[in-house]
Amino acid sequence: MKSEHASETPEQFARHVRRYLFVFYALLFGTLVTVGASYIPFGNREVNIGVALLIAVSKASLVACYFMHLMSERKMIYGILAFTGIFALGLMCLTIASFSDLPRFTVTH
Amino acid sequence: MDIPYTVQPRPDTGLYNAKVGVWLFLASEVMLFGALFSAYILLRVGSAEALWPHGWLNIPIGTVNTLVLITSSITTVMAWASCKMNQFGRFKFFHACTILLALTFVCIKSYEYHDKFTHYEITLTDGRIADGHLVSQEADRVVIHGRFVTDRKELFDLRAAGASHAREEISLERAQIKTMENYGPWHHTYLAIYFTLTGLHALHVLGGALVIGFLWGPGSKLWRRDPERFTNRVEISGLFWHFVDLVWIFLFPVLYLL
Repeated sequence: MKSEHASETPEQFARHVRRYLFVFYALLFGTLVTVGASYIPFGNREVNIGVALLIAVSKASLVACYFMHLMSERKMIYGILAFTGIFALGLMCLTIASFSDLPRFTVTH
Repeated sequence: MDIPYTVQPRPDTGLYNAKVGVWLFLASEVMLFGALFSAYILLRVGSAEALWPHGWLNIPIGTVNTLVLITSSITTVMAWASCKMNQFGRFKFFHACTILLALTFVCIKSYEYHDKFTHYEITLTDGRIADGHLVSQEADRVVIHGRFVTDRKELFDLRAAGASHAREEISLERAQIKTMENYGPWHHTYLAIYFTLTGLHALHVLGGALVIGFLWGPGSKLWRRDPERFTNRVEISGLFWHFVDLVWIFLFPVLYLL
């Protein structure tokens, strides 16, 4: 895929600025929603954590896709990120797996 | 000797070299923060819910800092867009805004750190606990602005307790004090991971601000000689800055709200 911004004229480029501003407003709104949602009792804490992380992932996606231009990058960047994702996921899985591998007589809550 | 592919894309990757380099660097950063986030999960899940703090950080201050960082992200991208549109004056303006916002973020963070280092939990010889901010400290007397509790568990969930606990000035004689410890990283595992994550993040903010400051100041001379190469430098520093913003987007709810 060709990088979207590589060969654009200044006039063509000005169109993207409006998009960046829209993303900025969405991020501001997302922050206020995150704070607001943390005060709503959804029944149990797990749901609150899920909602907060869902909003955080949405905001992070906006930053990555538009500000970091991942919507229109070269294949190589996607390749680097795919490997990073696999290793980061593996790291989290190792952490979660460790919960079921506690030594004997470990005090758990 | 000229460094190859600083402006023109390399035929095999289709990208200029610095862009590949910064993405590889960001990949290593994902693993660094990923490891610390997994440490947070481990500590959080391993702790009893009643003993994990809630409301120890000031949410309005954290929200303002989040808004500051998000605003710095848009000024960074606008600085890069200004270079692309051949508007060097606008670039200077937007990057100056980014530097000021970065410094604002660090100042607010420092204030929060100061708040924690002056917050004390004091166990008295009669078994009560005095918790509050240090007002003054002398050889025979300590004065704090806070409250008394009889059970340490009362200190953990401040959001549930709310503002119903009236705080007052408490004067304590040294002879009354059994132990006295501030809310530094040594006080609780939550604070240990809080200071580690936010401290590392703040170092990234300072490092990014330093690079952006260079491009705004002495580094901007390159614009006259080679504007395309300069624009690429701005893009690279911007990618790092957006990553720093991205990390904070997760840190804020995890440390302040949950």
